[in-house]
Parts: sequence; C-alpha cells; structure tokens
Amino acid sequence: MKELVIISGKGGTGKTSLLAAFASLAEKKVLCDADVDAADLHLIMKPRIRKRHDFQSGHTACINRDKCIQCGLCRDLCKFEAISEHFEVDPVSCEGCGVCVYFCPEKAIDFPVNTCGEWYISDTRFGPMVHARLGIAEENSGKLVSLVRREARKIAEEKNLGLILTDGPPGVGCPVIASIGGASAVLIVTEPTVSGKHDMQRVIQLADFFNIPALVCINKFDLNTEMSREIEDFAEEKKLTCVGHIPFDPVFIQSMVKEKTVIEYEPDGEAGQALKKIWDGLVKKLGL
Amino acid sequence: MIISIASGKGGTGKTTVATNLALSIGTGVQLLDCDVEEPNAYLFLHPKFDETLLVTASVPEVDKDKCDLCGKCDEICRFRAIVRIGETVLTFPELCHSCGGCMAVCPRGAITEGARELGIIQKGFCNGIEFIHGKLRVGEAMSPPLIRKVRSFTRPDKLTIIDAPPGTSCPVIAAMKDTDFVVLVTEPTPFGLHDLELAVGAVRVLDIPCGLIINRSDMGDHKVRSYADEQGLPILMEIPFDKRIAVAYSRGEMIVKVMPEWKEKFLALLQNIKRLANNPGAGV
Repeated sequence: MKELVIISGKGGTGKTSLLAAFASLAEKKVLCDADVDAADLHLIMKPRIRKRHDFQSGHTACINRDKCIQCGLCRDLCKFEAISEHFEVDPVSCEGCGVCVYFCPEKAIDFPVNTCGEWYISDTRFGPMVHARLGIAEENSGKLVSLVRREARKIAEEKNLGLILTDGPPGVGCPVIASIGGASAVLIVTEPTVSGKHDMQRVIQLADFFNIPALVCINKFDLNTEMSREIEDFAEEKKLTCVGHIPFDPVFIQSMVKEKTVIEYEPDGEAGQALKKIWDGLVKKLGL
Repeated sequence: MIISIASGKGGTGKTTVATNLALSIGTGVQLLDCDVEEPNAYLFLHPKFDETLLVTASVPEVDKDKCDLCGKCDEICRFRAIVRIGETVLTFPELCHSCGGCMAVCPRGAITEGARELGIIQKGFCNGIEFIHGKLRVGEAMSPPLIRKVRSFTRPDKLTIIDAPPGTSCPVIAAMKDTDFVVLVTEPTPFGLHDLELAVGAVRVLDIPCGLIINRSDMGDHKVRSYADEQGLPILMEIPFDKRIAVAYSRGEMIVKVMPEWKEKFLALLQNIKRLANNPGAGV
C-alpha cells in the first residue's frame, strides 16, 4: 500500500487541482482530503456521501452559575485567559485543559466533549473518498487529519486498492505534520515566486525532519523561468527529484468552474500533457 | 486600530495586500506577520532586523528525587504530555499545551517549568514601517502561542496590520481575534468562494466587521460577487489579473513600486476600512 501526500507550504500553488488530475489518471485508489480546515477537493469530486460521522474531540469548560461561588481560583489558574471577570468561559479561548474543572472547590464547572466537525466516507466517479469538515473556529485539526487518513487506509485495505492519494493542508504546523507521518512520499507543489521557494524550503525541511521522501514539482513554471531554475537547483542540491513542471494555464480555473479535473476538461492541452508526464514519473518513482 | 488580513484559502493575496497597504501608508504603521508557519511578508519589504527573540512554551520537568509517583500529574493532563508508567514519570514536551495543571497539582513541588522552543520573533524597520514576524520552528506543531506572542507587540498608538495565516481554525482565530476589522482576500473561483464562506463564518463567530478584496477579479466566475451581495459584504477592492503584477510578485517586488498608481488605491482602501470599522453595522 502506497500513500502519496500532496503538500506545498505556501497555499494556492495548486495542490487540490493536481490531486484531482491524478485521480483521473491513477487506477485503483482511495482519495483522501486531509485539508480539513479548508477542504476543497469535494468541489471537483462531487462525492455521494455514504456514511457521515460526528468528529468529537476535546472539551470546553462551562461554569454552572448556580454552583459557582466566584472564588476566582479558576481564573487564577487559567493560562489561556478564557474566564471573564463575570465567570463566563470564552469557548474560543478555552484550550480544554480541564485545570479549572479539576480544581474548582464547588465542582461548578462542566466539561462537555466538543463536536468539532464531521467526517465522511463517500463514492466518487474516481472511487472511494474520505473527507471531513472541521467546524468553524475549532481545534484539533491534527486529530481529524489523522482520522481521515486512518479511515482511507482501512478502505484501501478492505477493497485491495494499492494507492491512497491525500490532499494535504498548507503550512508546516499541526495539520501538516499529521498529514505526512508514515506516508510513502510527499509531493511538494511549488510555484516560481520568492514565497513559493521560501515556503518549499521549509516544507522540505519538515519532510526531512520526519524522514518522509519528498518529490518536487513546479506549477506555473513559466511565470518566472529564472526562479523555476533556482528551485530545480535547490531540489537537486538537496538530492530531491523534481518530477516536472506545469505551465501557467487558465484551464486550471476553467475546469474548476466546470467541476471537472484538468484531465477531464482538456486532456491534451499543454497543462494536461504536463500533468500526465508528472503522473508517469510518480508511478515509476513510487513503484505503482 | 488593528486590521487583520485573512482569506480562508491560501495563495489568494493576503501578503500582497498587507505589504502594499503598509508600504502605501509608511511611517506610523506596524506590520505583524502572523503567518508564522510560512512568513513571507519580509521577502517583499526587506526589513532590517535589529532584534531576534527566542520564543518558548512552558513544559514540565520532573525532579525524580522529589517525585513520589502519586500520579496526580498524569491524572490532570488531558494531552498525555506527562505520564506515570510503573516506577517513573515520563514527559512528552511536544504534546504539552502549557496549561500548568501538572505543576499546580503536584503535592511535592516536584514539577518545574522547562521550555520547548516554539520559534523566533524578529523585529525591525523598513520605510518607517515597524515590522515584526514570527517563524515557527520546523517540526513544531503548535503555532497559536507564537502568534499570540507576535501580537503582544501590538502598539495601541499605531495602526497595526496583521497578515494572518490561511484556514479557519485555531491559528487564524489567534491572528484575527480582537482586531477591529478583517479584510478577507479571495478569488472568484469555486475554491475561493467555498473557503471564503468558511472564513466569513469564522469572522462572524468573532463578531468583527469585515470586507472583501477580490484578487484576479477577472478570472473565474461571478459567484463570489453574488455571495457578497447576498451577505451584504462590502467589496473594498478588486485587483484584476495582470501579468505585470504576477511577475513582480514572483520576484518579490511590490505592486505600489512597479505600478505607483496603486498607492492611491491602497490609501483609499484604508479610508474605506476606517469608515466601516467605525460603523459597526457594516459588513457584519
């Protein structure tokens, strides 16, 4: 079983569009959207949800006014300044550590579990897909990422599908760390801009930190060919394979508007050809 | 006044808006880059940093001689960052949320404050702009404490612009919370719209007035505009797709330098924001 996770560091470099294109090209696979914070893959995949589950994780403190004697101990102990002078808990600031609950002499603080999102098992025209929706302003995205990846793996095993294609989140923090652990490889999609290069360097460092093999590809490479060359040189220096580059092409937005993958929308265009070449490279590299 | 620039979807142009707005205003403005996972604003403004601070999170350290293995620390910790196993207490600093529960509960005073490196904060100036950013240590999972630390340098006597991270979860909330106005930068595509809806939801949870900037406004479709209409969200600026802007961005150049006519537009944007921020009914 192989899992390829697409990440980028910088947002908006084309992770989801690339993953959707690969979904058109790959055989026997499970799709997994691990960008639970701003999940977009479903907008192209149009999944038919078969199973819907609540995602419960963490707790939020809630002071019971009838029992509270306003001694102030909870406020003194709270490191997150989540308790107001009127002894109300700000649920956005509450970290769910439960220190106030533990120490309250009147046992006046409830600590209900949070339902902070939903996750789904779906069918798509490209096979099964596991995805999720984290509630607005919720925490524990890392745990939800781990959960959708675990479920995708279960399905792949049950149905004997040899590949999981995972769409990762931007950045290098908690949800990214949760989305790359144990992956066969990460594909880093970058763009030839100062930010694209800078953020790619950080995410390469991250993959290295967790010992995950990294591959690089450059989207919109013709926007600044000099920068694209710098990125390729950097990848080479780090002994990373650059699996290809894709020209800047409005077809990415056009196909998205039509809810299609670039391969479905214009398979033989320049971008489509570039994507096929990159996919062939990935098949060889991953031994699919 | 604090203006935060956020987006939901990544790569829509937050940093472009934050840096060009700051540079158009110049002296007296403070720019805080709170996208600590991938801070980019300094690549465009090239501030001269004169101070670097190491930021740490408080984590437990157990004095084995004082510890009598009562297990209360294990019992209070919700994050499994301190665990009693047999005859020993183990700590997992990377899981610790720094709530201080273990230290407060230990009856023998055996737990003291250690430190886990979260990242660094750098401070400097460029063109009269006070520039501050945080850089999360690669491998560190928790960005909100570092974001809050960057924000602790907010100076109430200045106009503060915050470049927020993408998404809608805890890091963005840490960057937007208690700001006076949120500018949501979006693009007129299905992904842009979907993530914008999530971002508007987050802004409403925080109850902050907001407005939109539509970047690459002539690509994609019209659904973002219809959505803004329906929701009563003011469109503060539209930036059409222009290869000159894209190429300048790729090189780390500022729009207001390459195309000086944009300076007026960014200054008008500021006036618009000030007006809307003082008029709490607008854009909420």
